[in-house]
Amino acid sequence: MKRSPIIPALALVAASVGLAACGSDDSTSADGKTVVTWWHNSNNDPGKSYYEQVAQDFEADHPDVDIKVEAMQHEDMLTKLDAAFQSGDAPDVYMERGGGELAEHVDAGLTKDLSESSADIIGKLGGSVAGWQVDDKTYALPFSVGVVGFWYSKSMMAQAGVTTMPTTWDEMDDTIAQVKAAGMEPLSVGAGDKWPAAHYWYYFAVRECSQDVLTDAVTSLDFSDDCFLRAGQDLEHLVGEEPFNKGFLSTGAQDGPSSASGLLATGKVAMELQGHWEPGVMQGLTDDGLGLGDDLGWFPFPTVEGGEGDPTAALGGGDAWAVSEGAPDAAVDFVDYLLSDEVQQGFAERDMGLPTNPAATGSVKDPALAGLIKVRDAAPYVQLYFDTAFGQSVGGAMNDEIALLFADQASPEDIVSATQDAADAEK
Amino acid sequence: MRTAAEVLFFVSPALALFLLFVVWPIVKAAQFSLYRWRGFGPLSDFVGLQNYSTVLHDEVFRGAFSHNLFIVVGSIVLQLPLGLAVALLLNRRIRGQGLLRTIVFVPYVLAEVIAAVVWLQLLQPEYGAVDSLLSGVGVPVPDQGWLGSPDRALWTVLIVLTWKYLGLAVLLFLAGLQGVPQDVVEAAEIDGASWWQVQRWITVPLLGPTVRIWVFLSMIGSLQCFDMVWVLTGGGPANSTTTMATFLVNEGTKRHNYGIAAAASVILFVVALFFALAYQLLVLRRDTKGAAR
Repeated sequence: MKRSPIIPALALVAASVGLAACGSDDSTSADGKTVVTWWHNSNNDPGKSYYEQVAQDFEADHPDVDIKVEAMQHEDMLTKLDAAFQSGDAPDVYMERGGGELAEHVDAGLTKDLSESSADIIGKLGGSVAGWQVDDKTYALPFSVGVVGFWYSKSMMAQAGVTTMPTTWDEMDDTIAQVKAAGMEPLSVGAGDKWPAAHYWYYFAVRECSQDVLTDAVTSLDFSDDCFLRAGQDLEHLVGEEPFNKGFLSTGAQDGPSSASGLLATGKVAMELQGHWEPGVMQGLTDDGLGLGDDLGWFPFPTVEGGEGDPTAALGGGDAWAVSEGAPDAAVDFVDYLLSDEVQQGFAERDMGLPTNPAATGSVKDPALAGLIKVRDAAPYVQLYFDTAFGQSVGGAMNDEIALLFADQASPEDIVSATQDAADAEK
Repeated sequence: MRTAAEVLFFVSPALALFLLFVVWPIVKAAQFSLYRWRGFGPLSDFVGLQNYSTVLHDEVFRGAFSHNLFIVVGSIVLQLPLGLAVALLLNRRIRGQGLLRTIVFVPYVLAEVIAAVVWLQLLQPEYGAVDSLLSGVGVPVPDQGWLGSPDRALWTVLIVLTWKYLGLAVLLFLAGLQGVPQDVVEAAEIDGASWWQVQRWITVPLLGPTVRIWVFLSMIGSLQCFDMVWVLTGGGPANSTTTMATFLVNEGTKRHNYGIAAAASVILFVVALFFALAYQLLVLRRDTKGAAR
């Protein structure tokens, strides 16, 4: 019996492994241009085509740079970013939401320090950059910072006989009753995605807790103050009024006409608690691309009687452009360009968000958004969404438990204890 | 006789792929499960078996495990009689036989995600086709919708899964029916057996090996159930439809607790392996006894 060499077999194994390991350096394209990859979540018009235009304008001024734009749906983008960070192949320019998430990325050495290279722009943006600073260094440039509030259909509210928007929760209870009495569903909420439901609890906490308690909780992860419990009780009271759309437990946030945003955009509910991106989202959800258009109104989260929070404090957050650690210098230039007066003005004119560059705040056309900007700029502080501030692990546990309260399967105490347990596991 | 080198030569490509895409991920998952890891950066925070203890004490995971068992049992209980009945019917000479077989089989060919998206739209509360149809004929529909009511969501998912996978059962049973020797059937008919008696005493018993293999496939599929649940409910409402797979994806990609997700995936692997081996030993052994070694 002939013993043939084992080499051919090994060669095959090596070849198939080699195929998988084969990678390529993607920082320069075939024609010698510097490639900058850019991921954003404006996957509907007008945002999508505006960003394509922005990239082309930048390329025209920088002939040696090639911007590779990828527009994705928000949740898809987050999943892909996670995978990209794990594989160490992150896009050069991407979105950071600040808080605990950013701190984790900075710890892992994934995000570039922009403090020096973008000092001019950072100076211009002023206090807005605070949410994207770790140890006094700025790691991302916020391009849209907004606050959460109630979006409503003016015509539906008028039909229900609501002429002045509620400013306290007692008035809000009356408003809900009035809309219900008129045979309409008052509120939609995407509890299927959990975070839209969680916003209610967050905002009740902002109303019930003093700023000191909240600021402290973000760093100490201590939720023993009584105000967190009261936030849950306020929410329990609201859920008990049954103000939400049918099927809210499985309703999505903003994907398609049957989502919470879609229900508002198509006139199926009167109000929705949602972030500043709502008009842009709704535009993508109606056939005419207008959303509710002029019929859209906004009012801030009502105040809670006896709450220790500042009545003008707001819950919000924003999105910032960050540059990954290994990105070429052109990526930093591009991010600076994205925050320039010109791009921010175009951004504002298209109602894509709430610009942070003061030169652009006047360009916001939508009256509802313009009103929202006033609330944002008048707020003594804007509390970052808790799930972002605490990071995914604590934030996720918190959101899950809040969603359970919406399903009548958790108590205000459970929310505090589940959050505290997840926080203790972090320590 | 083949030489060892020849065997190795022909086996090595498949072996390499198997090592790369099956064994390697399992080894990595086992490694991740021993660390507290956020998904990026180095593996440095060794925690031993703590992640396993966290998962096994987690009420959501325990619920997920029981939901998986519910789907395993529910799929077999619903699909076995239905599949048998449809296969026996389609095995008779009837007009439009080919068309009927195709109709039954189409859902199985459809990608699970696509089927799930279609059903998600049909099952929308109030505005969806199912609710409109049911309330049109006076059947009361749940306020929160079929997928939004914690006590109905898992049943709804099970029924959609049955719709989706009945085709596979029917196809396998039909193939098995071709193996039932015609002369035995004819002999029984000559002895005066009715159609029902032939099915009951000849066809179904001879279909045994096919049924046992189908139960095995269905069981493993149910344990790993992910796509349908993820699209239809995402595990909600109130964790009433979580499966082990949705639990680990939620812990991993949503919460960035990759160590815990890895521990859950290892547990899922062990559970599936246990079920598979136990079934092989207890049930399938008689079917494979005569097979080549």
